[in-house]
Amino acid sequence: MRQLMTGNYAASYAVKYAGVQVIAAYPITPQTQIVEKLSEMCAAGELKARYINVESEHSAMAACIGASSTGARVFTATSSQGLAYMHELLHWASRARLPVVMTNVNRAMAPGWNVWADQNDSLSQRDTGWMQIYCKSAQEVFDSILMAYKISEKVLLPTMINYDAFFTSHTEEPVDIPDAEKVRDFLPGLRRGRIMDVDDPCAFGTLVAQDTYTEFQYKIQESMQDAKKVITETCAEFKSIFNREYALTEEYKMSDADEVIIATSTMFETASVAVDELRKKGSKTGALRIRYFRPFPSEDIIRALSGKKRALVLDRNISFGAQGIFCQEVLAAAGGKGNMPAISGVVLGLGGR
Amino acid sequence: MTGKIIFGGAGDLPISPFTKGSMVFNKTCAWRNIKPVIDINSCSKCMICWKFCPETAIDIIDGRPAIDYDYCKGCGICAAECPGKAIKMTAEEK
Ligand code: SF4
Ligand code: SF4
Repeated sequence: MRQLMTGNYAASYAVKYAGVQVIAAYPITPQTQIVEKLSEMCAAGELKARYINVESEHSAMAACIGASSTGARVFTATSSQGLAYMHELLHWASRARLPVVMTNVNRAMAPGWNVWADQNDSLSQRDTGWMQIYCKSAQEVFDSILMAYKISEKVLLPTMINYDAFFTSHTEEPVDIPDAEKVRDFLPGLRRGRIMDVDDPCAFGTLVAQDTYTEFQYKIQESMQDAKKVITETCAEFKSIFNREYALTEEYKMSDADEVIIATSTMFETASVAVDELRKKGSKTGALRIRYFRPFPSEDIIRALSGKKRALVLDRNISFGAQGIFCQEVLAAAGGKGNMPAISGVVLGLGGR
Repeated sequence: MTGKIIFGGAGDLPISPFTKGSMVFNKTCAWRNIKPVIDINSCSKCMICWKFCPETAIDIIDGRPAIDYDYCKGCGICAAECPGKAIKMTAEEK
Protein backbone atom coordinates (compact mmCIF):
# COMPACT_ATOMS: atom_id res chain seq x y z
CA MET A 1 0.00 0.00 0.00
CA ARG A 2 1.39 3.39 -0.99
CA GLN A 3 1.21 6.05 1.70
CA LEU A 4 2.48 9.60 2.00
CA MET A 5 4.97 9.78 4.85
CA THR A 6 8.12 11.48 6.02
CA GLY A 7 11.49 9.71 6.16
CA ASN A 8 11.18 9.65 9.93
CA TYR A 9 7.81 7.90 9.90
CA ALA A 10 9.08 5.52 7.23
CA ALA A 11 11.77 4.57 9.76
CA SER A 12 9.18 4.05 12.54
CA TYR A 13 7.03 1.82 10.33
CA ALA A 14 10.01 -0.22 9.18
CA VAL A 15 10.93 -0.85 12.83
CA LYS A 16 7.37 -2.02 13.48
CA TYR A 17 7.40 -4.32 10.45
CA ALA A 18 10.80 -5.71 11.44
CA GLY A 19 9.24 -6.97 14.68
CA VAL A 20 11.69 -5.11 16.89
CA GLN A 21 11.43 -6.23 20.53
CA VAL A 22 13.32 -3.55 22.44
CA ILE A 23 13.57 0.19 21.72
CA ALA A 24 15.66 2.54 23.85
CA ALA A 25 16.05 6.15 22.82
CA TYR A 26 16.57 9.73 23.89
CA PRO A 27 14.99 12.54 21.84
CA ILE A 28 16.98 14.89 19.62
CA THR A 29 15.92 16.96 16.60
CA PRO A 30 15.55 15.93 13.78
CA GLN A 31 15.27 12.30 14.85
CA THR A 32 12.64 12.68 17.61
CA GLN A 33 9.61 11.91 15.42
CA ILE A 34 10.90 8.38 14.78
CA VAL A 35 10.86 7.36 18.44
CA GLU A 36 7.79 9.49 19.20
CA LYS A 37 5.83 7.44 16.66
CA LEU A 38 7.33 4.22 18.03
CA SER A 39 6.34 5.08 21.59
CA GLU A 40 2.77 5.74 20.36
CA MET A 41 2.75 2.36 18.63
CA CYS A 42 3.98 0.66 21.82
CA ALA A 43 1.44 2.50 23.99
CA ALA A 44 -1.39 1.50 21.64
CA GLY A 45 -0.28 -2.15 21.72
CA GLU A 46 0.20 -1.99 17.95
CA LEU A 47 3.87 -2.88 18.44
CA LYS A 48 4.72 -5.46 21.07
CA ALA A 49 8.08 -4.04 22.00
CA ARG A 50 9.57 -2.95 25.28
CA TYR A 51 10.11 0.82 25.05
CA ILE A 52 12.83 1.95 27.47
CA ASN A 53 13.04 5.63 28.37
CA VAL A 54 16.64 6.51 29.15
CA GLU A 55 18.42 9.61 30.40
CA SER A 56 20.93 9.93 27.56
CA GLU A 57 22.07 8.54 24.21
CA HIS A 58 24.95 6.82 26.00
CA SER A 59 22.37 4.92 28.06
CA ALA A 60 20.20 4.28 25.00
CA MET A 61 23.03 2.43 23.31
CA ALA A 62 23.92 0.65 26.56
CA ALA A 63 20.32 -0.59 26.85
CA CYS A 64 20.40 -1.74 23.21
CA ILE A 65 23.65 -3.62 23.84
CA GLY A 66 22.20 -5.36 26.89
CA ALA A 67 18.96 -6.29 25.15
CA SER A 68 20.74 -7.43 22.00
CA SER A 69 22.92 -9.70 24.14
CA THR A 70 19.82 -11.58 25.24
CA GLY A 71 18.91 -12.27 21.61
CA ALA A 72 16.32 -9.50 21.19
CA ARG A 73 16.00 -7.45 18.02
CA VAL A 74 16.71 -3.86 19.09
CA PHE A 75 16.48 -0.33 17.72
CA THR A 76 17.49 3.20 18.58
CA ALA A 77 17.71 6.50 16.73
CA THR A 78 19.76 9.65 17.14
CA SER A 79 21.43 12.64 15.46
CA SER A 80 24.48 14.85 15.76
CA GLN A 81 25.59 15.50 19.39
CA GLY A 82 23.48 12.52 20.48
CA LEU A 83 25.49 10.21 18.24
CA ALA A 84 28.71 11.76 19.50
CA TYR A 85 27.60 11.05 23.05
CA MET A 86 27.14 7.36 22.14
CA HIS A 87 30.65 7.10 20.77
CA GLU A 88 32.18 4.83 23.41
CA LEU A 89 29.32 2.37 23.21
CA LEU A 90 29.36 2.31 19.41
CA HIS A 91 32.72 0.57 19.76
CA TRP A 92 31.21 -1.71 22.38
CA ALA A 93 28.32 -2.83 20.15
CA SER A 94 30.51 -3.71 17.17
CA ARG A 95 33.33 -5.34 19.15
CA ALA A 96 30.79 -7.43 21.07
CA ARG A 97 29.47 -8.38 17.60
CA LEU A 98 25.88 -7.34 18.30
CA PRO A 99 23.46 -6.73 15.40
CA VAL A 100 22.08 -3.44 16.72
CA VAL A 101 20.30 -1.32 14.10
CA MET A 102 20.10 2.45 14.50
CA THR A 103 18.98 5.35 12.37
CA ASN A 104 21.04 8.51 12.50
CA VAL A 105 19.45 11.55 10.90
CA ASN A 106 22.46 13.49 9.62
CA ARG A 107 22.57 16.82 11.41
CA ALA A 108 25.40 19.35 11.80
CA MET A 109 27.72 19.30 14.82
CA ALA A 110 27.73 22.27 17.20
CA PRO A 111 28.67 24.98 17.91
CA GLY A 112 27.19 26.83 16.03
CA TRP A 113 23.96 25.13 16.81
CA ASN A 114 22.34 23.99 13.59
CA VAL A 115 19.75 21.25 13.16
CA TRP A 116 20.10 20.91 9.38
CA ALA A 117 21.70 18.33 7.10
CA ASP A 118 25.41 17.65 7.45
CA GLN A 119 27.28 14.35 7.54
CA ASN A 120 30.03 15.14 10.01
CA ASP A 121 28.15 13.39 12.82
CA SER A 122 28.12 9.89 11.32
CA LEU A 123 31.40 10.23 9.45
CA SER A 124 33.08 11.04 12.78
CA GLN A 125 32.07 7.47 13.75
CA ARG A 126 33.81 5.97 10.73
CA ASP A 127 36.12 3.67 12.67
CA THR A 128 33.69 2.31 15.26
CA GLY A 129 33.08 -0.91 13.31
CA TRP A 130 29.50 -0.10 12.29
CA MET A 131 28.19 -0.66 8.79
CA GLN A 132 26.93 2.67 7.45
CA ILE A 133 24.28 3.30 4.79
CA TYR A 134 23.36 6.72 3.32
CA CYS A 135 19.77 6.83 2.02
CA LYS A 136 18.30 9.22 -0.54
CA SER A 137 14.55 8.75 0.05
CA ALA A 138 11.88 7.76 2.57
CA GLN A 139 11.27 4.53 0.65
CA GLU A 140 14.94 3.69 0.86
CA VAL A 141 14.92 4.38 4.61
CA PHE A 142 12.06 1.91 5.05
CA ASP A 143 13.65 -0.77 2.85
CA SER A 144 17.14 -0.29 4.27
CA ILE A 145 15.98 -0.87 7.84
CA LEU A 146 14.40 -4.22 6.91
CA MET A 147 17.52 -5.25 5.02
CA ALA A 148 19.82 -3.95 7.78
CA TYR A 149 18.39 -6.38 10.35
CA LYS A 150 18.90 -9.27 7.99
CA ILE A 151 22.44 -8.20 7.06
CA SER A 152 23.52 -7.30 10.60
CA GLU A 153 22.18 -10.56 12.03
CA LYS A 154 24.22 -12.51 9.44
CA VAL A 155 27.41 -10.47 9.62
CA LEU A 156 27.11 -9.90 13.39
CA LEU A 157 28.02 -6.24 13.16
CA PRO A 158 25.70 -3.28 13.84
CA THR A 159 24.26 -1.01 11.13
CA MET A 160 23.76 2.76 11.16
CA ILE A 161 21.20 4.00 8.64
CA ASN A 162 21.85 7.63 7.77
CA TYR A 163 19.72 10.15 5.91
CA ASP A 164 19.57 13.91 5.54
CA ALA A 165 17.91 16.10 8.16
CA PHE A 166 14.70 17.67 6.83
CA PHE A 167 15.34 16.89 3.13
CA THR A 168 14.45 13.29 4.00
CA SER A 169 13.50 13.26 7.69
CA HIS A 170 10.65 15.79 7.46
CA THR A 171 9.67 15.68 3.78
CA GLU A 172 6.62 13.62 2.86
CA GLU A 173 7.08 11.19 -0.01
CA PRO A 174 5.03 8.25 -1.25
CA VAL A 175 6.23 5.11 0.48
CA ASP A 176 5.17 1.62 -0.50
CA ILE A 177 4.43 -0.30 2.70
CA PRO A 178 4.44 -4.03 1.92
CA ASP A 179 2.24 -6.78 3.39
CA ALA A 180 3.33 -7.70 6.89
CA GLU A 181 3.34 -11.34 5.81
CA LYS A 182 5.78 -10.70 2.99
CA VAL A 183 8.06 -8.89 5.41
CA ARG A 184 7.93 -11.84 7.82
CA ASP A 185 8.99 -14.18 5.01
CA PHE A 186 11.94 -11.93 4.24
CA LEU A 187 12.83 -11.27 7.85
CA PRO A 188 11.70 -14.07 10.18
CA GLY A 189 11.03 -13.17 13.80
CA LEU A 190 13.78 -14.55 15.94
CA ARG A 191 17.44 -13.98 15.52
CA ARG A 192 20.24 -16.30 16.54
CA GLY A 193 23.12 -15.49 18.82
CA ARG A 194 21.83 -15.16 22.36
CA ILE A 195 24.80 -14.43 24.61
CA MET A 196 23.15 -13.66 27.95
CA ASP A 197 20.53 -16.02 29.32
CA VAL A 198 18.87 -15.61 32.73
CA ASP A 199 18.32 -19.37 32.87
CA ASP A 200 22.02 -20.03 32.39
CA PRO A 201 23.87 -17.29 34.25
CA CYS A 202 27.63 -16.97 33.86
CA ALA A 203 30.48 -14.50 34.16
CA PHE A 204 32.09 -12.86 31.12
CA GLY A 205 35.80 -12.24 31.00
CA THR A 206 36.23 -9.78 28.18
CA LEU A 207 39.82 -8.94 29.02
CA VAL A 208 41.91 -9.76 25.97
CA ALA A 209 45.68 -9.46 26.16
CA GLN A 210 48.34 -8.98 23.50
CA ASP A 211 48.19 -12.61 22.43
CA THR A 212 44.68 -12.53 20.92
CA TYR A 213 43.61 -8.87 20.61
CA THR A 214 44.80 -8.61 16.99
CA GLU A 215 42.91 -11.82 16.15
CA PHE A 216 39.60 -10.30 17.30
CA GLN A 217 40.22 -7.14 15.24
CA TYR A 218 41.03 -9.35 12.27
CA LYS A 219 37.68 -11.11 12.63
CA ILE A 220 35.85 -7.76 12.41
CA GLN A 221 37.80 -6.71 9.33
CA GLU A 222 37.18 -10.09 7.70
CA SER A 223 33.42 -9.86 8.47
CA MET A 224 33.27 -6.31 7.07
CA GLN A 225 34.79 -7.51 3.82
CA ASP A 226 32.49 -10.55 3.69
CA ALA A 227 29.56 -8.20 4.40
CA LYS A 228 29.74 -6.88 0.82
CA LYS A 229 28.67 -10.31 -0.41
CA VAL A 230 25.93 -10.59 2.23
CA ILE A 231 24.65 -7.11 1.31
CA THR A 232 24.57 -7.97 -2.41
CA GLU A 233 22.74 -11.26 -1.75
CA THR A 234 20.26 -9.60 0.61
CA CYS A 235 19.54 -6.85 -1.95
CA ALA A 236 18.89 -9.54 -4.59
CA GLU A 237 16.51 -11.40 -2.27
CA PHE A 238 14.78 -8.13 -1.40
CA LYS A 239 14.31 -7.35 -5.09
CA SER A 240 12.82 -10.78 -5.78
CA ILE A 241 10.17 -10.21 -3.09
CA PHE A 242 9.53 -6.45 -3.15
CA ASN A 243 10.72 -5.52 -6.65
CA ARG A 244 12.92 -2.62 -5.58
CA GLU A 245 16.59 -2.61 -6.41
CA TYR A 246 19.49 -1.63 -4.14
CA ALA A 247 23.23 -2.20 -4.14
CA LEU A 248 26.40 -0.89 -2.49
CA THR A 249 26.39 1.97 -5.03
CA GLU A 250 23.92 3.44 -7.53
CA GLU A 251 24.62 4.75 -11.02
CA TYR A 252 22.79 7.31 -13.17
CA LYS A 253 23.57 7.61 -16.89
CA MET A 254 27.04 6.24 -16.33
CA SER A 255 27.47 3.88 -19.31
CA ASP A 256 28.51 6.48 -21.91
CA ALA A 257 29.64 9.20 -19.45
CA ASP A 258 33.15 10.60 -19.55
CA GLU A 259 32.71 12.84 -16.50
CA VAL A 260 31.16 11.72 -13.22
CA ILE A 261 29.58 13.47 -10.25
CA ILE A 262 29.95 11.38 -7.10
CA ALA A 263 27.46 12.15 -4.33
CA THR A 264 25.60 10.63 -1.38
CA SER A 265 22.08 10.80 0.13
CA THR A 266 19.73 13.44 -1.32
CA MET A 267 22.60 15.26 -2.99
CA PHE A 268 22.66 12.40 -5.51
CA GLU A 269 19.12 13.37 -6.60
CA THR A 270 20.29 16.94 -7.16
CA ALA A 271 23.33 15.61 -9.02
CA SER A 272 21.04 13.55 -11.28
CA VAL A 273 19.12 16.73 -12.21
CA ALA A 274 22.45 18.42 -12.92
CA VAL A 275 23.42 15.47 -15.12
CA ASP A 276 20.29 15.96 -17.23
CA GLU A 277 20.94 19.71 -17.53
CA LEU A 278 24.58 19.20 -18.51
CA ARG A 279 23.62 16.56 -21.06
CA LYS A 280 21.21 19.03 -22.68
CA LYS A 281 24.25 21.25 -23.19
CA GLY A 282 26.13 18.40 -24.81
CA SER A 283 28.29 17.13 -21.93
CA LYS A 284 28.52 13.40 -21.31
CA THR A 285 27.95 13.48 -17.57
CA GLY A 286 26.89 10.67 -15.24
CA ALA A 287 26.34 10.37 -11.49
CA LEU A 288 27.50 7.77 -8.99
CA ARG A 289 26.05 7.38 -5.52
CA ILE A 290 28.01 5.82 -2.67
CA ARG A 291 25.26 4.09 -0.69
CA TYR A 292 27.36 2.04 1.71
CA PHE A 293 30.22 3.89 3.38
CA ARG A 294 31.25 0.91 5.55
CA PRO A 295 32.07 -1.56 4.18
CA PHE A 296 33.47 0.82 1.54
CA PRO A 297 32.55 -0.40 -1.95
CA SER A 298 36.00 0.20 -3.48
CA GLU A 299 35.58 -2.51 -6.13
CA ASP A 300 32.27 -1.07 -7.43
CA ILE A 301 33.63 2.48 -7.44
CA ILE A 302 36.77 1.47 -9.34
CA ARG A 303 34.66 -0.44 -11.87
CA ALA A 304 32.30 2.54 -12.33
CA LEU A 305 35.13 5.06 -12.72
CA SER A 306 37.30 2.95 -14.99
CA GLY A 307 37.94 4.73 -18.30
CA LYS A 308 36.24 8.01 -17.27
CA LYS A 309 38.04 11.34 -17.77
CA ARG A 310 37.06 13.37 -14.71
CA ALA A 311 35.26 12.78 -11.43
CA LEU A 312 34.01 15.34 -8.92
CA VAL A 313 33.12 14.23 -5.39
CA LEU A 314 30.50 16.31 -3.55
CA ASP A 315 30.96 16.24 0.22
CA ARG A 316 28.44 17.54 2.74
CA ASN A 317 31.13 17.12 5.41
CA ILE A 318 34.74 18.07 6.02
CA SER A 319 37.74 16.55 7.71
CA PHE A 320 39.44 19.71 8.94
CA GLY A 321 43.03 19.88 7.79
CA ALA A 322 42.35 17.39 5.00
CA GLN A 323 39.28 17.59 2.73
CA GLY A 324 35.82 16.11 2.12
CA ILE A 325 35.69 12.61 3.59
CA PHE A 326 34.05 10.76 0.69
CA CYS A 327 36.57 12.37 -1.68
CA GLN A 328 39.40 11.14 0.51
CA GLU A 329 37.98 7.61 0.48
CA VAL A 330 37.44 7.61 -3.29
CA LEU A 331 41.02 8.81 -3.81
CA ALA A 332 42.28 6.04 -1.50
CA ALA A 333 40.30 3.41 -3.42
CA ALA A 334 41.50 4.68 -6.82
CA GLY A 335 45.12 5.08 -5.70
CA GLY A 336 47.47 2.85 -7.70
CA LYS A 337 44.67 1.60 -9.98
CA GLY A 338 45.01 1.99 -13.74
CA ASN A 339 42.51 3.77 -16.00
CA MET A 340 41.23 6.10 -13.27
CA PRO A 341 39.87 9.62 -13.96
CA ALA A 342 41.28 12.85 -12.53
CA ILE A 343 39.46 13.00 -9.17
CA SER A 344 38.75 16.23 -7.34
CA GLY A 345 36.38 17.19 -4.57
CA VAL A 346 34.27 20.05 -3.33
CA VAL A 347 32.88 20.63 0.15
CA LEU A 348 29.37 22.08 0.06
CA GLY A 349 25.95 22.02 1.67
CA LEU A 350 27.28 22.17 5.25
CA GLY A 351 24.65 22.79 7.91
CA GLY A 352 21.87 22.24 5.37
CA ARG A 353 23.02 25.01 2.98
CA MET B 1 39.63 -2.26 1.68
CA THR B 2 41.02 -3.61 -1.57
CA GLY B 3 44.38 -4.24 0.11
CA LYS B 4 45.25 -7.78 1.13
CA ILE B 5 45.45 -8.54 4.83
CA ILE B 6 48.81 -10.08 5.60
CA PHE B 7 47.97 -12.04 8.71
CA GLY B 8 47.62 -15.71 9.51
CA GLY B 9 44.09 -16.05 10.84
CA ALA B 10 42.11 -16.13 14.01
CA GLY B 11 42.20 -19.88 14.67
CA ASP B 12 39.60 -21.40 16.94
CA LEU B 13 38.71 -18.23 18.83
CA PRO B 14 35.03 -17.34 19.19
CA ILE B 15 33.72 -14.39 17.17
CA SER B 16 34.07 -11.98 20.10
CA PRO B 17 35.51 -11.99 23.61
CA PHE B 18 31.95 -11.17 24.78
CA THR B 19 30.78 -14.73 24.59
CA LYS B 20 29.81 -17.63 26.83
CA GLY B 21 32.86 -19.56 27.96
CA SER B 22 35.15 -16.60 27.36
CA MET B 23 36.99 -17.36 30.61
CA VAL B 24 37.99 -20.77 29.29
CA PHE B 25 40.00 -19.54 26.30
CA ASN B 26 40.86 -16.19 27.82
CA LYS B 27 43.78 -16.95 30.13
CA THR B 28 44.06 -13.65 31.95
CA CYS B 29 47.51 -14.55 33.30
CA ALA B 30 49.17 -13.06 30.18
CA TRP B 31 50.05 -9.78 31.88
CA ARG B 32 51.64 -11.29 35.03
CA ASN B 33 55.30 -10.39 35.49
CA ILE B 34 55.93 -11.63 39.02
CA LYS B 35 54.61 -14.93 40.27
CA PRO B 36 53.41 -15.94 43.77
CA VAL B 37 54.70 -19.27 45.04
CA ILE B 38 53.34 -20.86 48.24
CA ASP B 39 55.73 -22.64 50.60
CA ILE B 40 53.21 -25.16 51.81
CA ASN B 41 55.42 -26.14 54.80
CA SER B 42 55.11 -22.63 56.26
CA CYS B 43 51.40 -22.40 55.45
CA SER B 44 48.93 -22.55 58.38
CA LYS B 45 45.98 -23.11 55.95
CA CYS B 46 44.21 -20.03 57.31
CA MET B 47 42.90 -19.32 53.74
CA ILE B 48 43.32 -15.59 54.06
CA CYS B 49 45.02 -15.60 50.64
CA TRP B 50 41.99 -17.38 49.14
CA LYS B 51 39.73 -14.70 50.57
CA PHE B 52 41.84 -11.77 49.40
CA CYS B 53 42.78 -12.78 45.85
CA PRO B 54 40.93 -10.24 43.63
CA GLU B 55 40.97 -12.66 40.68
CA THR B 56 39.63 -15.63 42.67
CA ALA B 57 42.72 -17.37 41.30
CA ILE B 58 43.38 -19.28 44.52
CA ASP B 59 41.48 -22.54 44.92
CA ILE B 60 41.26 -24.79 47.95
CA ILE B 61 42.37 -28.27 46.99
CA ASP B 62 42.58 -30.99 49.67
CA GLY B 63 42.36 -28.35 52.37
CA ARG B 64 45.33 -26.37 50.99
CA PRO B 65 45.53 -23.15 48.99
CA ALA B 66 46.51 -23.70 45.34
CA ILE B 67 47.17 -20.91 42.86
CA ASP B 68 45.63 -21.20 39.41
CA TYR B 69 48.38 -19.73 37.25
CA ASP B 70 46.06 -19.47 34.23
CA TYR B 71 44.29 -16.56 35.93
CA CYS B 72 46.70 -15.17 38.57
CA LYS B 73 47.73 -11.67 37.49
CA GLY B 74 50.70 -11.40 39.85
CA CYS B 75 49.40 -8.50 41.92
CA GLY B 76 51.04 -9.82 45.12
CA ILE B 77 48.06 -9.18 47.39
CA CYS B 78 48.15 -12.79 48.61
CA ALA B 79 51.83 -12.47 49.56
CA ALA B 80 51.18 -9.17 51.37
CA GLU B 81 48.21 -10.57 53.31
CA CYS B 82 49.67 -13.97 54.27
CA PRO B 83 50.25 -13.78 58.08
CA GLY B 84 52.92 -16.52 58.01
CA LYS B 85 54.85 -15.02 55.05
CA ALA B 86 54.39 -18.34 53.28
CA ILE B 87 53.93 -16.73 49.82
CA LYS B 88 56.93 -15.32 47.94
CA MET B 89 56.69 -13.27 44.77
CA THR B 90 59.25 -14.73 42.37
CA ALA B 91 60.54 -13.90 38.90
CA GLU B 92 58.17 -14.87 36.11
CA GLU B 93 59.70 -17.24 33.59
CA LYS B 94 58.02 -17.00 30.19
S1 SF4 C 1 47.40 -16.80 53.65
FE1 SF4 C 1 49.38 -17.79 53.78
S2 SF4 C 1 49.17 -19.12 55.54
FE2 SF4 C 1 47.12 -18.55 54.99
S3 SF4 C 1 46.46 -20.18 53.59
FE3 SF4 C 1 47.34 -18.58 52.30
S4 SF4 C 1 49.45 -19.20 52.06
FE4 SF4 C 1 48.67 -20.33 53.76
S1 SF4 D 1 49.27 -12.65 43.02
FE1 SF4 D 1 47.27 -11.61 43.06
S2 SF4 D 1 46.15 -12.67 41.47
FE2 SF4 D 1 47.86 -13.97 41.88
S3 SF4 D 1 47.11 -15.40 43.42
FE3 SF4 D 1 48.05 -13.71 44.53
S4 SF4 D 1 46.37 -12.33 44.99
FE4 SF4 D 1 45.67 -13.72 43.38
